[in-house]
Amino acid sequence: MTEKVLLVDDEEDFIETLGERMRARGMDVSTTTSTKDALKKAQEGSFDAIVLDLMMPEMDGLEVLKILKEKRPELQIILLTGQATLEKGIEAMKLGAMDFVEKPANLDALTEKIRNAQAKKMILVEKQTEEKIKEIIQGKGW
Amino acid sequence: MSCRCDMIGETGLQFYGKMTGSMSHEIKNALAIINENAGLLEDFTLMADRGMPIDAGRLKTLAEKVIKQVQRADGIVKTMNRFAHSIDESVKNVELDETLKFVATLSGRLASVRGVTLEVESGASPVTVATRSFFLENLVWLCLDFAMDATGGGKTVGLKAEQTENGARLKLTQLQGLSERTTSAFPGERETALLDALRAELAIDERAAEIVLMLPRDIGQ
Repeated sequence: MTEKVLLVDDEEDFIETLGERMRARGMDVSTTTSTKDALKKAQEGSFDAIVLDLMMPEMDGLEVLKILKEKRPELQIILLTGQATLEKGIEAMKLGAMDFVEKPANLDALTEKIRNAQAKKMILVEKQTEEKIKEIIQGKGW
Repeated sequence: MSCRCDMIGETGLQFYGKMTGSMSHEIKNALAIINENAGLLEDFTLMADRGMPIDAGRLKTLAEKVIKQVQRADGIVKTMNRFAHSIDESVKNVELDETLKFVATLSGRLASVRGVTLEVESGASPVTVATRSFFLENLVWLCLDFAMDATGGGKTVGLKAEQTENGARLKLTQLQGLSERTTSAFPGERETALLDALRAELAIDERAAEIVLMLPRDIGQ
């Protein structure tokens, strides 16, 4: 099953090339250099994983992570950074990040994490659907 | 060692850590792009092994991207090197325009992340003082850090050096938000310690939306 991924990083040359390599591996990749656009895209699309740079202009990566997880808890977010401190990593995981990858990223390792994200998201979505169905059945009194 | 010396030492180390941390992050970004382009090149060779032709134009673009990032990383390393050497001499003759440009370069990424543009306005003739170069860079950064939170609508901080009768003055301008910011905490202990060490004075002019640093012509040894 094709993994649907959103790459968010202010380094255009980086996401352009990484995106091309991921597409060549069969993934459905969207890219953006803006956090505001990323929030919009994440609301509109059903991404299996969002690969998000921690240090972005306009809005800090952790702030974006917090907003995304509040709006869409099922979203699987992998944080990507050139500045991996243990404190930031712990903070990111506490805020609900699925994983943390340091730049330069190894594409095989990143692909593996994206596949894990897809599997995790599927389980969460199935659970959500199950709960919704239960709610409907209980509400209707069937 | 007195408390004041400890304060300056600690502040200096924090400044050094902040700047080198930001610059190493930049180098990592350049390396990440080089890494992806090398990976793409590898993908092309794998495709060529399977009989797919390689587009020479694409190879040229990849090479150009790698060269661009090598130049970028080289520039950052040069800045880091110059920064490291600014501690070599305790007191030296400093051209203030150059100092402002240098601090603006050092803090470029930190400003950009906060959505702030730094504009150094060059004067007609060079303004030179004999001072503690590293302490001055540190003090300008601390002022800039405060100023970036007080920038106006366009989110630009102006920096300029002017000659005065007894030395020079450095100005951080276009700080339209200064009046709304609480200035009681600024200058704080760190800034005050550096001002003492530089025999400098700091004034906040809310009406002109400026922070002004007054520096003596020669700090002495």
